[in-house]
Amino acid sequence: MRRIIATSFLIFICFLLQCTVFRALAFSGIVPNLLIVLTASFGFMRGEKTGLLIGFFSGLLIDIFFGSVIGFYALLYMYIGYMNGKFSAIFYPEDIKLPITLILCSDFFYGFVCYIILFLLRGKFDLTYYLVHIILPEIVYTVVVTLFLYPVILWINRSLERREKRGEKKFV
Amino acid sequence: MSPIIKRKGEKFTLPSKYLLFILTILCTGMVLLTFHTTIFSGPLGMVAGYTIVPFQEGISAAGSFLRSRSEELGQIRDLIAENESLRTQVDELTIENTRLQQDRYELTNLRELYNLDSQYDEYDKIGARIIARDAGNWFYSFVINKGTDDGIVVDMNVMAGSGLVGRIVDTGPNWSKVKALIADDSNVSAMVLSSSDNMIVTGDLKLYASGVISFEQLIDRDDVVVEGDKIVTSNISDKYLPGILIGYISSINRDANNLTKSGYITPAVDFEHLEEVLVVLELKQTVE
Repeated sequence: MRRIIATSFLIFICFLLQCTVFRALAFSGIVPNLLIVLTASFGFMRGEKTGLLIGFFSGLLIDIFFGSVIGFYALLYMYIGYMNGKFSAIFYPEDIKLPITLILCSDFFYGFVCYIILFLLRGKFDLTYYLVHIILPEIVYTVVVTLFLYPVILWINRSLERREKRGEKKFV
Repeated sequence: MSPIIKRKGEKFTLPSKYLLFILTILCTGMVLLTFHTTIFSGPLGMVAGYTIVPFQEGISAAGSFLRSRSEELGQIRDLIAENESLRTQVDELTIENTRLQQDRYELTNLRELYNLDSQYDEYDKIGARIIARDAGNWFYSFVINKGTDDGIVVDMNVMAGSGLVGRIVDTGPNWSKVKALIADDSNVSAMVLSSSDNMIVTGDLKLYASGVISFEQLIDRDDVVVEGDKIVTSNISDKYLPGILIGYISSINRDANNLTKSGYITPAVDFEHLEEVLVVLELKQTVE
């Protein structure tokens, strides 16, 4: 229960930051993708199911406010969360290389799918332009923000796990 | 033994691949359903309106306060110089204004004669504040703090100052989503004010940085349209009210087919620093 409240609160905060504060701090109109960081980190920290559920709800929130259809971003974020969950077996909290790589790949995947479905299918073929001006800057900005956001997510997850373990011991 | 059948005394859990499968079908269904209809936007918009919008309003109010303070400090020097030049401009404009007022008086008389409705300064408008901007980097849409409770419905036109910003595409009880004119997936039917030639104005992600929007399919056989001409919404558009200012032509080129022209328009609205907008509480009359 405590975990559900904490995670929904995190999704909530990240979404709000992404569409208000970071919009004001945007470098040349590019905002970092905090919800990808959140989805991916919970994916590899907690496994496939948590990843896909957090991805689903983050995406749904974007769909309601900014999507032209409901379900597109939910689907995209959900698969990103699920894919990251596959890596939970080789995840160690002490190692920062794997999380950074995974978040980088997730954001690239997100940008690429967005380009293909939302732009390429409308006849906008200039991939290099969109790659250089939208996808890559977003990845760089997201990775920079990850360096600050990821430790916070890690700390929250650890304290939740500690609490859950204590609760289990009490019952035994 | 099947992984989803419940064994006695064991807590029921759904394996993640089944959950992924179910949610995928759910999402695909929702995409297909909402592609042409807006059935979910009612309940989902209501929930979102009462949980998230209050926070967005608070944060963006604080954010814009901080940003305007920091901008103020940086701009004082520029403002002094600008003030000087503006004062001289005021004098010039006062002279021009008196001349125009005379013209206007004549115009009103003529309009009365022709029994014409006057232009858009008589539309009913409502002011609203922008509380959130697109969470991604691909499109340009934003959320404002007025919704169906204030009489806003989908397809109403949104203006800022005297120029067109876009139109409402989704509403909740206390919020609505505006798709801007400059968004990559937006098209507006427009016309040149002086010659009434029609054209299509299209937003383009590639042009965000240069602050212009593109237009195409302008048929101008006599070469009367020139740079600097005023572009307004056309009277054949089915979403936009006629005669709302879009911007001014900044460059114009003949297309390869030698029949039509295309080029760029500088919008009348500064989309970079947009904070408050006006929603026109009137819908374009359509033939149903």
